[in-house]
Amino acid sequence: MKHTFSVTIERRSGLSDPEGATASRALTDLGFAGVHSVSFGKVISIELEADTAQEAATQVEAMCRKLLANPVIENYTIENVS
Amino acid sequence: MTIAVVVFPGTNCEHDARYALALLGSHAELVWHRDDDLSGATGVVLPGGFAHGDYLRTGAIARFSPVMAEVERLARQGTPTLGICNGFQILCEAGLLPGALVANRDLRFICRTVTVRVESTDSILTSHTSVGDLLQIPLNSYEGNYVLPAAIDGAPSPNVVLRYCDSSGASGKQMNPNGSTDSIAAVADANGTIVGVMPHPERAVEDILGSTDGRVLLESFVSATASVVA
Repeated sequence: MKHTFSVTIERRSGLSDPEGATASRALTDLGFAGVHSVSFGKVISIELEADTAQEAATQVEAMCRKLLANPVIENYTIENVS
Repeated sequence: MTIAVVVFPGTNCEHDARYALALLGSHAELVWHRDDDLSGATGVVLPGGFAHGDYLRTGAIARFSPVMAEVERLARQGTPTLGICNGFQILCEAGLLPGALVANRDLRFICRTVTVRVESTDSILTSHTSVGDLLQIPLNSYEGNYVLPAAIDGAPSPNVVLRYCDSSGASGKQMNPNGSTDSIAAVADANGTIVGVMPHPERAVEDILGSTDGRVLLESFVSATASVVA
């Protein structure tokens, strides 16, 4: 059975995020006066085969821990979008 | 084997590293990342470049190359292990050094010679230097911004080996080229035998390169490997 997951990876708060800081300044310069902060992340879409949604979710969780995210600097959230 | 210089797909400083080590009277061999036997190595160098294209994150794929299990085994038993630039990023991803490297503060690739100050001589990279020595070493990186969440989490401070500074030896935001935490340019594990350095000492070993200040760093490394019984 095919499952589709969306993994969102974001920089841990409090860490240097040069892209977010630059975009935040640019938005403020463009007149969006209410911008407090901007942070960048990435979205990874994964299709995989597994017998159950639970088993698929467990695998995706393991993928995040092992490779997709660096827990030293990043947090991740997993969503089943099948 | 003597010193193993590991080559990943996308590594591009392996010949510079081997050349510099040879210049200092040492012998290094290039080792392909699929090799899984480094027995006999007296030291390991992970050179600069863009291992596996730096896809996902710098070093993220490289740390799972077959050779890395051997690199980790040797590093954990105290064999001198030096990661330069991309090699520093790989050592962090592999969990052999604390922290991580992210995009430079100003989002620019930095390619210029910088001044670094020796903070500790208790490492395989600085044993032949003195604390406070100022060295001119080329920096060549986009993701050279060292972040250390441990500092946020209240963990012990890292074993800082080199810091970015100006020509008088002063550190601070103005003299910090890439935004690295506490101006850190090189860091070691607690024993000083695993070191990651962002600037390239192997590119500062002859007058024609504009600086020979990298020699004393690599001499320290070579000296450390000479005492290893492989």
